[in-house]
Amino acid sequence: MIQVADLHKAFGAVEVLKGIDLTVERGQILAIIGPSGSGKSTLLRTINHLESVDRGEIWFDGMLVNQPLRGRRFERHVNRIRQHIGMVFQHFNLFPHMTALENITMAPMLLKKTPRREARELAESLLRKVGLLDRIDYYPAQLSGGQKQRVAIARALAMEPKVMLFDEVTSSLDPELVGEVNKVMKQLAQEHMTMLIVTHELRFAADVADHVLFMADGVVVEEGPPAQLFRAPAQERTKTFLQEVFK
Amino acid sequence: MQGFDFWAVTEYSDVLLAGMAWTALLTVASSGLSLVGGAVFALLGLSRSRVVRMPTAFFVWLFLGTPLLLQLYLIYFGLVQIGIDLTAFAAGVIALSLHFAVYNADVIRAGIVAIDRGQHEASRSLGLGLGQTMRKVILPQALRNVTPALGNNMIALLKESSLVSIIGVMELTLSAQRAISETFRPFEFYIAAGALYYVLNAVLELVLRRVERGTAMTR
Ligand SMILES: Nc1ncnc2c1ncn2[C@@H]1O[C@H](COP(=O)(O)OP(=O)(O)OP(=O)(O)O)[C@@H](O)[C@H]1O
Ligand SMILES: [Mg+2]
Repeated sequence: MIQVADLHKAFGAVEVLKGIDLTVERGQILAIIGPSGSGKSTLLRTINHLESVDRGEIWFDGMLVNQPLRGRRFERHVNRIRQHIGMVFQHFNLFPHMTALENITMAPMLLKKTPRREARELAESLLRKVGLLDRIDYYPAQLSGGQKQRVAIARALAMEPKVMLFDEVTSSLDPELVGEVNKVMKQLAQEHMTMLIVTHELRFAADVADHVLFMADGVVVEEGPPAQLFRAPAQERTKTFLQEVFK
Repeated sequence: MQGFDFWAVTEYSDVLLAGMAWTALLTVASSGLSLVGGAVFALLGLSRSRVVRMPTAFFVWLFLGTPLLLQLYLIYFGLVQIGIDLTAFAAGVIALSLHFAVYNADVIRAGIVAIDRGQHEASRSLGLGLGQTMRKVILPQALRNVTPALGNNMIALLKESSLVSIIGVMELTLSAQRAISETFRPFEFYIAAGALYYVLNAVLELVLRRVERGTAMTR
């Protein structure tokens, strides 16, 4: 579903991604862990081209994401790809001037020309799924952090994406609100949604992921099934990181 | 010494009220156009292309740096020379609209820049294009946030519209002057005109406060 090969990315003189390779199969759940500043967010953001890359290839569903197109043609290309890739952010980024309903229905109505009635039904079923049907007419300012994030997940799902990208979606939540968001993600996992999850919550990663990738300083240090990576890491770097976190 | 006679004002009330109506019309038309123009200039000024940005910056600089009166003269008297013969009212609306569009553009641009980058990214990640993102996500928020500042510009526009009297638009100030030329009572009529401006201002502020309150919840 997603294949990244020899990916390089620098911000000015600072090289942030130094040759990343990864593969995510359909229905697979990949957790990306690693110390702060190691390039996890940047990697995730290159997949839907919120971040451009300097070298390497990103394939999504048989399409090359970073095609050497320019101007309008590139715009059209990335817009089409992004419709199939849902993204959820650390700071929710809900549209504050729209209700939960409008947040969810805007993209399908605008991009897929979904009729209003149908879009509403879709929003209702998604909000029911994330347990917020009763908040359908609320503005983001009237929701708690956990509720905002669940609406944000529903918003991304409304485009019926083939892949979901999660960038530390529980990091800015109060601890007691983390569970409700994790629950929604677990539910998606059970439905075999393909997901890439950047997270600091190693327990959650161990619980939900079928593959874990440990990054540091812009390279993939080690990867494997969670049981192996967490219980018996092969690399010194991974061991120190895990000890730091679990101590 | 002659005393004041405010009865003279009542005899000319129809003239003054007609002037007031023209001032209101000038203000509404110019405000509307200056808002649209302001949004357009703001977006052009934020364009990624230099070819778009530079002329916009030049135009804005030109209109910020010169007096409204001069712009009015140029549009009304100057354009005739190249065959554009505008009515005084049209020239007045165009001058006021352009002049305040430039101020509004500054305000709106600041409003757009202040919107969190995450809003842009969330919208783009759903697959919306740049234009769609501006129209649906960024501009509505930016405009809501700068409503008070735009309102102040509208109030300034209402007051500055009196300048248009100079090219012969029968708005409130010129109406007062006409009455004065017939009655020789400048004090009474300028006071009366001032009171009427005040009324217009009060109405405008009422409307603006409504709009602000209407959008406060969604911020
Ligand atoms: N837009 C940018 N401009 C310049 N430098 C950037 C930019 N975005 C990220 N960086 C730098 O790139 C490096 C990697 O950042 P990134 O956000 O990918 O790390 P991360 O692994 O997600 O960290 P965290 O766990 O703190 O979120 C950091 O050193 C950061 O300062
Ligand atoms: Mg990050």
